[in-house]
Order: sequence, then structure tokens, then C-alpha cells
Amino acid sequence: MSGHSGESFAELPVAPKPPLRRFHQARWDEPIIFEQSRPGRRGIAVPAAGVPAVELPESVRRAEPPKLPEMAQLHVLRHYVRLSQENLGVDQAIAVGQGTCTMKYSPKVNDRFVNDPKVAELHPLQPDDTVQGVLEVYWRLERMLAEISGMNRVSLQPASGSAAIYANIAMIRAYHASRGEGRQRDQVITTMFSHPSNAACAKTAGYEVITLMPDENGHPDIEALRAAVGPRTAALMITNPEDTGIFNPRIEEFVSLVHEAGGLACYDQANANGLLGITRAADAGFDLCHFNLHKTFSTPHACGGPAAGACGVSEALAPFLPGPTVEFDGSGYRLDNGRPQSVGKMRPFLGVTPNVVRAYAWVMALGAEGLREVAETAVLNNNYLMHKILRIPGASAHWDGGRVEQVRYSWQGLFEETGVHSEEIGVRAADFGVHYWTSHHPYLVPEPFTLEPTESYSQEDLDEYAAILAHVADEARRDPEHVRGAPYNQTVHKIDQTSLDDPKQWSPSWRAYTRKHLA
Amino acid sequence: MTHPYIPNAEPGVRAEMLAAIGAASVEEFYAAIPAGLRLDRPLDLPAPMASEHELVVHMRGLLARNTDTTEALSFLGHGCYPHHVPAVCDEVNGRGEFLTAYAGEPYEDHGRFQAMFEYVSMMAELLEMDVVNVPTYDGYQASGTAIRMAARYTGRSKVLVSGAVSADKMSKLRDFLAHDIEIVVAPVGAGGEIGEVEIDETFAAIYLETPNVYGVVETRGRELADLAHGAGALLVVSADPISLGVLAPPAAYGADIACGDIQSLGMHQSYGGGHAGYIATRDEERLVAEFPSRLFGIAPTAVPGEYGFGDVFYDRTSFAHREEGKEWVGTAAALWGITAGVYLALMGPEGMRELGETVLARTRYAMDRLAAAGARVLHPDAVHFREFAIEVPSAGELLAALRGHGIFGGVRLDDRTLLVCVTERHSRDDIDRLAAAVQEELS
Amino acid sequence: MTVDRPARPATPRPPAAPAASATSPAPPAASVPPGGGDLVVGLIVNPVAGIGGPAGLKGSDGPDVQREALARGASLRAGDRAAQAVRTLLARRPGTRIRTLAGPMGEHSARAAGADPELLRLLPGDPSSPRDTTAAVAAMKDVDLLLFAGGDGTARDVLDGSPSCPVLGVPAGVKVYSGCFALSPATAGAAAAEFGGETAEAEVVDLDEEAYRRGRVGPRLYGTLRVPAARTRLSGRKVGSSSAAPGSAEGIAREVVARMRPGARYVLGPGATTMAVGRRLGLATTLLGVDVVQDGELVAADVTERQLADLVDGRESHAVVSVIGGQGFVLGRGNQQISPAVLKKIMASGGLVVLATQQKLAGLGGRPLLADTGDPQADALVGGHVSVITGYRESAMYRIRSAIEEFSA
Repeated sequence: MSGHSGESFAELPVAPKPPLRRFHQARWDEPIIFEQSRPGRRGIAVPAAGVPAVELPESVRRAEPPKLPEMAQLHVLRHYVRLSQENLGVDQAIAVGQGTCTMKYSPKVNDRFVNDPKVAELHPLQPDDTVQGVLEVYWRLERMLAEISGMNRVSLQPASGSAAIYANIAMIRAYHASRGEGRQRDQVITTMFSHPSNAACAKTAGYEVITLMPDENGHPDIEALRAAVGPRTAALMITNPEDTGIFNPRIEEFVSLVHEAGGLACYDQANANGLLGITRAADAGFDLCHFNLHKTFSTPHACGGPAAGACGVSEALAPFLPGPTVEFDGSGYRLDNGRPQSVGKMRPFLGVTPNVVRAYAWVMALGAEGLREVAETAVLNNNYLMHKILRIPGASAHWDGGRVEQVRYSWQGLFEETGVHSEEIGVRAADFGVHYWTSHHPYLVPEPFTLEPTESYSQEDLDEYAAILAHVADEARRDPEHVRGAPYNQTVHKIDQTSLDDPKQWSPSWRAYTRKHLA
Repeated sequence: MTHPYIPNAEPGVRAEMLAAIGAASVEEFYAAIPAGLRLDRPLDLPAPMASEHELVVHMRGLLARNTDTTEALSFLGHGCYPHHVPAVCDEVNGRGEFLTAYAGEPYEDHGRFQAMFEYVSMMAELLEMDVVNVPTYDGYQASGTAIRMAARYTGRSKVLVSGAVSADKMSKLRDFLAHDIEIVVAPVGAGGEIGEVEIDETFAAIYLETPNVYGVVETRGRELADLAHGAGALLVVSADPISLGVLAPPAAYGADIACGDIQSLGMHQSYGGGHAGYIATRDEERLVAEFPSRLFGIAPTAVPGEYGFGDVFYDRTSFAHREEGKEWVGTAAALWGITAGVYLALMGPEGMRELGETVLARTRYAMDRLAAAGARVLHPDAVHFREFAIEVPSAGELLAALRGHGIFGGVRLDDRTLLVCVTERHSRDDIDRLAAAVQEELS
Repeated sequence: MTVDRPARPATPRPPAAPAASATSPAPPAASVPPGGGDLVVGLIVNPVAGIGGPAGLKGSDGPDVQREALARGASLRAGDRAAQAVRTLLARRPGTRIRTLAGPMGEHSARAAGADPELLRLLPGDPSSPRDTTAAVAAMKDVDLLLFAGGDGTARDVLDGSPSCPVLGVPAGVKVYSGCFALSPATAGAAAAEFGGETAEAEVVDLDEEAYRRGRVGPRLYGTLRVPAARTRLSGRKVGSSSAAPGSAEGIAREVVARMRPGARYVLGPGATTMAVGRRLGLATTLLGVDVVQDGELVAADVTERQLADLVDGRESHAVVSVIGGQGFVLGRGNQQISPAVLKKIMASGGLVVLATQQKLAGLGGRPLLADTGDPQADALVGGHVSVITGYRESAMYRIRSAIEEFSA
């Protein structure tokens, strides 16, 4: 006789899984950390001074202790572990929904390298001979990125992709100034579907920005470029393929036109994942380019950084690189601060070292053949997913023709029919455990969504993602209010965001919240 | 072998997917790329490591050539500081759910929104300011942006910058502000604090750092705030938050914008990879409008008792002044913000006070010991936090000699000046060991 | 402060309805309950709107055309479209009160959507006429938002009634080129349901239908209406994005003024964006007329062609024009004062500057801007590419062609 008595209510074998995952995000209903505080508790002990105390003059002494939470260690840990569970990383989700971001697998072994004290406990101003290992990683990664881009030198200093765009702008500015044309060349040309940071960084650096709009085929209008270039042109800042996923086949002519006018051509390679080993910035004549190590080269996105950028430049631009550079004399590596024309510091020290180490290890795990396989698979995955998405009624891709590694799609048809916005589709899709992103500026494609599957996802993953979107689109037709009421399976329910734009109500900190709403 | 990172590289899968699309090969997807631009050879890269084990061996071999600061006794600071990193900080920021996520919506990534909100909220308590941004890249960027915010806010284009700022940061500021903001450098007084300064109504801000590049705590904040406000300018203060358990926050003496680096709050030195910047202001709509970065706030949900989150005042773009000196926004350093939140929650008010007292006391102790060892300690009468400068006959020679003792003795500021950094990680014995070695080498 | 809305249904459109790509924050109307409260929405249907389209009549204005359309077997569809909008509105904001006219000018649609409408004491004629629309608008008091179903002609009638509240068009006409229309009936209902009081200005344009039937497409600007400012409904808030601001009329105006050269004359065409230039200069320029400014002073307002020809004679002059309607016309439509003769003088001494947000340019779907002064030689002077100011220190280089070339191609 078994102890499992009672009436049977389910049978073996266990039934097959339903077509869509019955996902529910973790819901710990966690209070704000301040609400868990109890006076006198502590999360960690600090070494006592052990030497005579210093009396501070009143002018600099803190009057009131900061109202930080007081918690025991387990409870701090538990709070944050719960919050982490209420988050979706690449490690859990099919992260193909955040187009332009190149969400790929970040190999776990690479985290080990950066957590090693041989990286984590290095001070950036140690003598060069005590950091030969890390300098070699910098130098070797620079050489590898130079080969991948065809450029002469590469700086790994910028803290992100946009910071790399800004560093490139700074070099462009210094280059023209060195030739006495700094004042004259005050315009930067970009395209509508280049990443918006190109225009934004150029404006930050003081440039007037001229934008080329897409023509009927979705390509930037080359005749417009011809009309725009001239003695005031400092540079063309262009993404290719653009954020639409469309490769500009006349890119070499674009570069030539700018060169003929005395300007520089700068390639935003944020969308390089489909091009590794296929085509190179230098071969199209570019003077500068940049990569995002957290996109193409696998370093984790970390909820929005730390990231890392890499600026590649031609020989003519090399004197202007941010300093210091890493130099190799055949036997050892050293930091070189002796570049009089350098634009100087873009950020503290040499770069975001942990991500430089991860990117290096990633390339070393793949090699030339592996990188090409990354590119080809990313492009295959994208075209496969596009094939599936375009079969969903109400979904479309704006322009005809091929796509490289991502696609900006549109729900215009679905929206006109149902009034359900792309944003609402995304929130509902998250109920099935996936991310979804509409797009950033420019809002040219109506009701947009941007998918970029990268090489990391399996065919089954892509099928699942497409099935989720098809299901939600179908729901939007059958019961639009159900879609609009989402989310249902998330940590929290639908958020009323209206107070966030009202100065009397908004609460950008607990301090502001308690003052405005709990006083 | 199908590469472990690329599931669809498996030939059968690849063929099946191509067939589904109706493409003969992936070459079809590259049709837009002109033949002349195609790379007609394999990339010339080192042979890859065939297995994870071989990669580990290779990386260990490279990294073994580093001597880290747990092996040598390091007194290096100057913008990157060796504070103790609690294990819980590493545990939290190592969790894949945080580490490998990006920027989802406040639903599926609720945890990230709450963690970031809590980070800015704890910073707000430390700073006594209501508004703190989601981290920017680093303290340099925070300073540059804070100055730009002040310029936009006042409609002016000149800033008085303390001369007691590191050369590297000044390099960044000069580049970042170059085209439209004039930098006037304030003199450094004999005591190590900012010297006597004057401004007029063309200045957007006075920019001060405390502790400054010499580790000197500025004591005339209130006076400078009054000076700035009298001219219709703002006081912008860069302060290391680790010091604020004991030191008055900038808001307490009238600063309008606070900024700085949070590497001290739970980030490893990581050869300069642990930086993130904060910017804080009071809750004034016009000032808030000048933040180029995101601000997270609490919002109610459809269910009572639930905290939702979202972007505060997201559409700040229609304010005319933002069109001038506009700044970009991008992926910056969010995970370090989450980590700093963990750090502050672990420390609590008492931990922050004790840590501050320990650092103050040990800094003074080290100053006294090095003075006794024969070094000339600069600005001896000033309050120092964590760093101080010493003058020696030859900075380079002393540093080289200290290497022989297994000590990184400090950062060389010029031929005769060294900057020495002392944190709670440096025991009294460590400091005594440094002093003894200095004494030996200077005598 | 213009709301841009492209014209041809086949071209890309802004994301929301009506997409306020160039809205400026307007103070919320305090009387409007924020999302969720009881909203009072007025409804006016032009029952014959759109009737001429399927019949190939390129418009539905005038009783003769309407009779002709019915004779050709056309059916009345504006009422159905209005009902669809109300259905979506009520589904999203239950409790909304509908105030409308008896019969086909609203009551039928409201009831078809399941509403129990309050009826105005106003009896429209049968068949109804533009005057009925205008009278209904004037009679529509104490409503938070007025929905009207029709086309550009109906929008003009609404404009003529001087509405006391914001309005939103349910597209039901043949011509829906004005910025006050939503993208579709469902999206009009959705936008109405989301309305929280923030508004933007939208241009009312209409074609001369007689000319249109003869093959000349010529929009004219009639004025502006307040419409609900659409939220940018996009999760564009991810960290990896510079928040590139959609250009505003104020930013554009600032750039125009920054580019003005001392001693040169600037001919400001009609439109809300050019009016913003006048505002920036502190000058009382006109919305519908052509004005001339120089050195920060208003030289002449609402000039005739003859006056203009004299004003630009023998001195550096520039034409500053905006895009009227959705087809991309910048010359020869609504600014005929800038005649071939005037244009020749301007192009010989100064040049042409076009004002438009990036969104408006995008709405052209890659098609060129159009010049149609009536003189191919004059049009050829501006052919090629023109600098379009899209914001402060921001411009686009954009293709411009003579309309004759474009339409004969």
C-alpha cells in the first residue's frame, strides 16, 4: 500500500506543452528598501580606525546622519536577489526583441576572468611592468579590431558606443583644427536612420547637423549628399546597415563625395554583427569607425552599462587618438602619453577594462572562421525571423529588399484596424517572457518594432518569438481591450504613468516621494 | 563541431532555415554589398582556442603577468580607490538576471527599475538632494554634464573651475566644453584649498571639488555658494559620496548641483573599469529639465500596494535651451548604480560614518608618519580625506625604491610630488610599513 | 506649433493619431478629466463625406456632386466610420458622454455604437449642408472634445464654426490632408479616450476641388485648429538611445532667425511654422498671408504679388516657406504671391529656405517637394535640392522638383 491515497486527478504521461509558454514573472511584492529598515541593524562591519580620531571643523562636518536603510546582511542580499529575479536577462529570455542592441550570449567563462583579482584588483596607475598581462590584452584586442575594421589604430578608451561616436567627433574636430580648417568646417552630415547619437554627439561638439532623408527605397539620398557637401563639411557620420537593417550599397560613393569636399567619413559600426569578416570599414574608404564591445563583441549589457566602445582610425587620424595608447616594442608593453595632437582624455584611465578583457576572450574563442559564422548566422536568423514575422497579418517591413542583421517592422496595419499601439503589443508580449522594443527616434516608421536576433538564438527560439507576436496580434483583433489591459503575468500590473510628468507629484527618489506623498 | 555559442551554425538547422526562407545560401542576404567591398580572404586573426579549458589556460597565462594590489601594498588613488568591496556587492552584480539584461520595460524588468530607484534614493539621502540621475559614465562625464547643465540653466557660457582638479579630468573638461563654454581656472591657495576667487555676472557656475585632487577637504563651500548666487551663478560641487558619512553634503552649504564618481561605493578598481558618475539637484522643475540623463520615479499601478516605476519628466526636449549644447544619451553604467545601492544598504548610516572616521583618522596618521619619515607633507594644516601629497627629492626614484619593498607608494604628480592614498583597507601596520620604507629610502 | 500629417494613405505616417510631431507643451485644459474620468465628447458627422471618392469624383463638395455620386451608386459611409470611432472610445473610456445632433449628423452613429447620446436642440436640414456643420460647432458648448467625421471640406466647416474646444477628425472624406485627422476611425476613438487636455495646433488645408478634378492638385491653408496632443506612444526610453528631439516650430524659427542676414529681406509664406518665425522676432506676422521682414522689423504684412515684387526688387531677398498639405507643395499653393517674377528676383539675389519637421519630410515617403508657380522656368530655378530647416542647427537636404515634371513623369 502506498501512502499516496485519494482520488487520482491527473494521468500519465504528462500532456505535451501548450504552444505558448505559460510564463509568469517573479512577483515578490517587495517593499522599497527603506521600508525594511530597522534602527541599529547593520549589513557589514567596517575596520575601526585604531589610530587617533580627527575632529572635523563644523563647516565641513555632516550635521545629520544620512537616512540610509539599516538592515542585516541576509536581508540586503535577499532583497536584491528578489529584485534580480524580477528582471529578464539574456540568460533567461529570448532577447531578440531589442533591435539595434545586439543582445547576444555573454559567455560565463569570460566573467571569471574579470572577477579574478588579476583584473579586479589592478589599479590603473600601477607601473607598466606590473600590468603587462592586461596591457597585452589591450594591445592584442586593438590589433584584432584593426584587422576586423581594416583601420590603422584602435582606441579602447570610450565608455560606450555613443562615447565612441563622441570621441570620433572630437578627433574629427582636432584633425580639421590642425589643418587650419576648424572654424570653416562646421557641419556634420548624417542620415535619418543612422543611430541618433551621431547627430546628438555632433551637436554636443558644436556642429550644425544636416540630415539626409531616405529615398523611395529606404536608402539615404546620394544626390542630397552631393548637394550638402562643401567647404563647410567636417564629416559624414553614417551607420551601415542603418537601423532599418538595410545596407547602403553606394556607401563607397558616399565616402568619396565627402572626401572630395575635404571632409572625413566616419562609420558607426554599431550594426556590425552581420558584417564580421564580410566587409570592412577601411575598404569602403572610411577614416574613422567605432564598434560597441557590448553589442558585437558580447560583453554583457548590465542593465545599461558599463559598456565599452572602440574607435578605429586611419593612419592620418592616429595622432589624434585619445591618450594614452598602448605600445609594444617587441618585448614589452607600455602606455604612451606622448601624443601632442591627442584629443586627450575621454574618460578616466585606459578604458572599461573588464569589458576589454571579455571582448578579447570572446574573439579568442571564435577566431576568423568563428566570427564569420557569427555574422552569417546572425543574418540568417534575421532573415528567417523576418520571413515568419511578415506572415503575421498586420505586420509589415517598410521598404522592400534585403535586410542584414535586423529589421524595423511596423504594426501600422494592425493599428489602423484595432487601435492597438506597438507599445501595447510589446507589454502583452512580455506576458510570455520576452522583451520587445518599439524603436527610438526617428519615428518615421509608424507603430514600429525592431527585432535583431543575433547568432545566439536557436531556430526554436525564433519560432517561439514569432509565435508569441502572432498570438498577440490575433488577440488584438479579437479582444483589443485585453491586449491594452496587459500586463497580466508580470511583477506588477499596469502602471499609471501620469504622475511622472507632473512636477508636483513626480518622485524621482524616496526622499521626494515621502515629502510629497507621505508627509 | 558546431560552435557552442552559435546554435544555428549546425548544418542541418542552417539548411532547414534556408529552405524555409527559400534562399539558396546566406550569400543571398549579402546581395546589397558590392563585390568590391567584400573581403575576399579570411580575417587574419590568431587561431582560436578550441575549448573553454584552453581559453582559460590562455587567459590565465596572460593575466598571470599582472601584479595586483592584493599582492603588492598599494597606496595608489588619484581617481580610482581601493575600498573594501563587500561580497554581497559582487554577488548581486554578478547575477545573470542583472548582468545580462538591458533596458526592458518597467514590467518584465521591474527589478532593475526598483534597484535603480533605490540606488538614486539612497544617494539622495546621502546628498540631501531630491533628484539623482541614473549613472552616467564616470565622474569626469558627471562634472562635464553638470557644468553644461549650469550653463543651460543660467544661459551663460563661462565657468570658474577649481585648479585643484586632476590633469586628466581637466583634459576631459577642456575637450567636452571646448566649443562653447570658457573655462577659467581658479588658483589653488597655499593651504591646498581653492584660492581667493571672484566672478561676475557672465559666469554660469563655480565648480569645486571636495576632497580635491590633493585630498584636501574644501571648507569655504558656503562662502563660494554665496559668491556664486550673488552673481546669479550656480555652485557645482564634485564630492566623493564615500566621504559623506562624515563630511557635509554639498547641498548643506548651498551647492545647486552635486556630482562625482561612485567607484568607491562597492566597485573594484578593475584597472579603471569600475567608474560611474552621479549628478544630483534639488527638485526644481527648471533644473530637472536640464538633466540629459534618465530619472526613475515611483508610479502607482492598477493594484493597491504595488510600486510601479517609470521615467520622470521624460519629455524634457521641448525646452528651448536644451537645443543648445544638447548632449547625447546612451548605455552608461547602470550596473554600478545598482551595486552602489547594495553598498549603501549594507553600510547604513552608521557604517558610512564609521568608514569616514576611519579614513579621516588613518589619513592623518599616515601624514604624520610620513612627515616623521622625512617626507615633506603638503598642506599639513588642511583637513584631508583619503589622500595627501608629499614632496620628496625625486618622486620617480622613491617610487622605484619602494617597489623593492613590495609597495606601490603613490601616484607621481610631478618630479617631486607624490600623492598617497589611504583607505580603510590600509591597516596601521600597512601605513607603518610604508613609513619605514620611505624613511629608509629618504635617509 | 504644427501637427504634421502626411497625405497619401499609402505613405508612411506618424505613429500616433494625429501624430503631433511638433507639439509644444500647452497648458492642460483644467476642465478635462485625466484619463478615466467622465469625458463629454461632441460628435458631428458629415453624412455625405467621402461619397464622391469611390465614385471617382475626387471630392464630395456641393449638392450636385453628391447627387451625382448617389446616382452612381455610392453609399453613405461616414456614419459607419463615426460609429466605429465612438465604439472604440466607449470601450476604452466607459462613462464618456456623447453630445450630438439628431439623425444622420451624429445620433445614428452614436446609437449604432451603443451610446445614449444627448441631443442638441438644432435640427439640421435634409440633406444636411456645410452650414449645418458650422452651426452645430457653434452650438456645441461645454464639451471636452469635439469629434467630427468627414474630410478636409468638413474640417473647413468646423473651422468656420470657431470651436470652443479641441477637435479631432475621424477620416471619412475623400481628401483628408489636414493635420486634424486621426489615422483611422479606431485610432480616432483611441486618441479621444486618451485625451487628457494637452493640445497642439493642426493646420486645416483643403484643395480647390474644381482644380483637383482638372488634375491640378493645389492645397490651400485655411487656418489652424486645436487638436489633442498625441503622446509619443513608444517605448523609446531604452538607455541606448539619444533622445533626439522631434523638431519644434520654435526650434525651427530660432534657426531661421539665426541665419537671417543684416539688410536682407525675408519673405515669410503662410503657415504655422513661418508664423513662429514672426513670433520669434516679436512681429505680428499673419497665418494665412505672405509677410516681409528685414532686420527684425516687419516691412509689410499680408502683401499682394504686386507689392511683393516691389519689395524684393533690387535687394537681397529670401523666401521662407513651409510645406502646405501632404503632397509636398512649397511654392504655388496658398502662396501665389510668390509669383514667377518674384521668385526669379529672389533666386537671383538670395534663395529659398523650406521649413518642415523631419517627420513631415518623412511623411513624403521619399517623394520630392514640389514647386508649381505656373512658370516652368521659375520652377526650374529652385529645382534640385533645397535646405530644409528642421530644427535649431539642424537641417535636411531634400529634393525639390517642378510639379509639372513630377506629375507628367
